[in-house]
Amino acid sequence: MNSIDVVIKGAKLPNGTVSDICIQGEHVVDVVKDYSGPATHVVEATGCVVLPGLVDLHTHLREPGREDAETVLSGSQAGAKGGFTALSAMANTSPVADTAGVVEQVYRLGQEAGYLDVFPIGAVTQGLRGEALSEIGAMADSVARVRVFSDDGHCVSDPLVMRRALEYIKKFDGVVAQHAQDPRMTVDSQMNEGIVSARLGLKGWPAVAEEAIIARDVLLTDHVNSRLHICHLTTAGGVEIIRWAKARGIDVTAEVTPHHLLLTDDLAGSYDPVYKVNPPLRTEHDVHALREALADGTIDIVATDHAPHPLEAKECEWQEAAFGMLGLETALSIVQKTMIDSGMMSWEQVAERMSLTPARIGRYADQGQQLAKGAFANLVVINPTKSWRVDRDLVLSNSSNTPYHGHELPGVVEHTFFKGKQTVINGEVISKGAK
Amino acid sequence: MRHLLSIEDLSKSDAVSILDTAHELARVSDGAVKKLPTLRGRTIVNLFAEDSTRTRISFEAAAKRLSADVINFSAKGSSVSKGESLKDTAMTLQAMGADAVVIRHSASGAAQRLADSQWMSGSVVNAGDGTHEHPSQALLDAFTIRKHLRAGAHDLEGLTVAIVGDVLHSRVARSNVLLLSKLGAKVILVAPPTLLPVGVESWPATVSYDFDSVIPFVDVVMMLRVQQERMSDLYFPNAREYSRYFGLNADRMKSMKQGSIVMHPGPMNRGLEISAEVADSARSVITEQVTNGVSVRMAILYVLLTGSALEAGSN
Amino acid sequence: MSIALSAPDIKRALTRISHEILERNQGSSSIVLLGIPTRGAHLAARIATIITEIEGVAVPCGTLDITLFRDDLRLRAPKAIMPTTIPPSGIEDKDVILVDDVLFSGRTIRAALDALGEIGRPRTVQLAALVDRGHRELPIKADFVGKNLPTSKSQSVRVLLSEIDGRDEVGIEGEVL
Ligand SMILES: [Zn+2]
Repeated sequence: MNSIDVVIKGAKLPNGTVSDICIQGEHVVDVVKDYSGPATHVVEATGCVVLPGLVDLHTHLREPGREDAETVLSGSQAGAKGGFTALSAMANTSPVADTAGVVEQVYRLGQEAGYLDVFPIGAVTQGLRGEALSEIGAMADSVARVRVFSDDGHCVSDPLVMRRALEYIKKFDGVVAQHAQDPRMTVDSQMNEGIVSARLGLKGWPAVAEEAIIARDVLLTDHVNSRLHICHLTTAGGVEIIRWAKARGIDVTAEVTPHHLLLTDDLAGSYDPVYKVNPPLRTEHDVHALREALADGTIDIVATDHAPHPLEAKECEWQEAAFGMLGLETALSIVQKTMIDSGMMSWEQVAERMSLTPARIGRYADQGQQLAKGAFANLVVINPTKSWRVDRDLVLSNSSNTPYHGHELPGVVEHTFFKGKQTVINGEVISKGAK
Repeated sequence: MRHLLSIEDLSKSDAVSILDTAHELARVSDGAVKKLPTLRGRTIVNLFAEDSTRTRISFEAAAKRLSADVINFSAKGSSVSKGESLKDTAMTLQAMGADAVVIRHSASGAAQRLADSQWMSGSVVNAGDGTHEHPSQALLDAFTIRKHLRAGAHDLEGLTVAIVGDVLHSRVARSNVLLLSKLGAKVILVAPPTLLPVGVESWPATVSYDFDSVIPFVDVVMMLRVQQERMSDLYFPNAREYSRYFGLNADRMKSMKQGSIVMHPGPMNRGLEISAEVADSARSVITEQVTNGVSVRMAILYVLLTGSALEAGSN
Repeated sequence: MSIALSAPDIKRALTRISHEILERNQGSSSIVLLGIPTRGAHLAARIATIITEIEGVAVPCGTLDITLFRDDLRLRAPKAIMPTTIPPSGIEDKDVILVDDVLFSGRTIRAALDALGEIGRPRTVQLAALVDRGHRELPIKADFVGKNLPTSKSQSVRVLLSEIDGRDEVGIEGEVL
């Protein structure tokens, strides 16, 4: 019998069966009840859950341009720590990822970091200005093989531009990931429009500004028979529109962020901008609608919208502060807390929502594979019975704007494997030199 | 009490005690005593990151009558008004030994940010933050109402107050709704629907779009300033139409109840939300509001800065 | 607690003080009584009543709150400001008699002198106290004293007056060292 590189012993697979996973080189070579052969490394995982490596479809890595907030390397380490084996780098860098040159640079930085796959997302329009299409074809054909296009941070608000983008990407099976926010209805908006904004005197960001764009875009997608992804859905009304569109057979997918599954707009009452995010935290009612929609599949995936910002962008008045919060290192714990521990979802569904489906939407063929013989060995071992305390001073991201500082969260990522290489060992990310 | 940030976190008893203190202070300073030694040796900084000469002067007069040292830090146009250096400013004020900072800022929540941060240790008085609150204005308004219509009483039980105009953008309205209702008055907001916030239904007030139907039943009409630039943001078609439906003119004033009063936090747009005849009429207590403002602000500074060493020690 | 002055003792003391005030000022024509709230104000009113009974004419009586003139505000919990009521005849060129319940460190009286200074310029300022318990921290002494009560600093003197407390009594609390 040949020795294998690694055996992960006794972990529970997403489908609930307890098995040993055998890894040789970059691949899973066997999944068996009780592996008793030789192995170079034995990872004891009794009581743990093993999932295919998590795939984030919405990450802000800030490189190039704002390396003080995050780099591809620091973001990759934060991702690995959170159980991710693939990230999708949003296009709103400086320069904007609207040419083959920039996406290839980001892709290469991801390869060099080596903790996970970094798949660049291309801008829909030049400079994210919403006017002229960027070099979508060149980005698709580049070594980065871009399939997801988004002006995230900005909405592709001009309906004609949106229609053209949706049509153009059909050429290579792409998808437009829309940041749904009507710009005219949200000038200077600071938080969800409602009872709390009325009390705090902060300018409201109404749910309808999101829902109106979603409604328009599912109709456009239907009309031109293309593929649409809705970023960070936040409202109960938006869920209804997606549900209606799917029932009609429109090819639309939707994501929800961990923070919108847990946090609500009343947190703005502290005026602490760590809770300032775009789209904003909504109400308890919306949170419940989002959880139900994620459980029943109306919402297809969880994506982090990991948005690092330097200290000075958050240590100021609310209205001066930047939008966004960290997400990579806490995503799985928040999903466990809101969806698993509440009994709304199984680990098998978590594997779909956080690995299989996001990989399918992004057309990341090597990612999001079922844990079976022949699959790439991208996987994460989680101990769901342990908990940990979030400390913003200990995060791996270059920034510290986590809204969960001091929170006790369930679920610890014990081990992460990226193409057979272990990137997290016993909860610690391996250092760059050690690989 | 360490800070005065909002009416929302002021208890009714604290509010009443500020009004009572202001009452005694007004009596003292109406008499021969122009200057009290109460806050001798204390430093109060007026940090005004937004123009407001009248509020600044009022706080300055209050502090000086209590013998405090006053430093005016007008940050309009400097980096503070852009926001990124509120922290640096606070640390400067701390180094200067400010016992209290009176802050006016265009950002909602700026006063609370200053108070909650570890940047400085003095008391913080919110002198108006964005479209959030303006607690000292509400206290002086309540003081003025009590003096005129509930002399000798503690609260405003049984009174009805109409607050008329741009409620959406008004920190004066927010603070007054909370304070007047806390003190037992019934509050009616009168405004075009565009100038009421979504969520107003959760406020302790009723809403009317019809000024004429409200005016005969109220004891106080409090007019709010309407900014001309709201027109370009489509809140109402033009000044003439706004005036016609929501302005207080001599004609409308005729249907006011006997003994009722007219208030305005200033500065007024004569001819837009209030006509000159009304502003200068016997019902108007607008200039008196200014006078009362000094007494109420003296009371606020007295209440916050008395025993401050005790509180700092016990923390 | 031991009782230092009973109700009849207090009555006798105030009567004696009233006579002494009249004697020192050669009648009531120039005097103004100012009580320091809360209990000093009631004592001043009682002295005013006694003097009126003796002299047959009303004597001007008011209150003087010294809270805003204290030099230890930083160290004390905020106190409600009590009314200051100066009789219409004013204090200018009058013989002002300050009335307080207990004379202790003298700081209250210093504050009262500051407060008076802001209001006007009396001809003389005199001090009447129901109890003098010693331990002065300033060069201040009472002109009229109901009773000298030697106390230790750790003790406290409690004055009860029927207007506020339902009965008249002065007691000493705490151990005698
Ligand atoms: Zn976005």
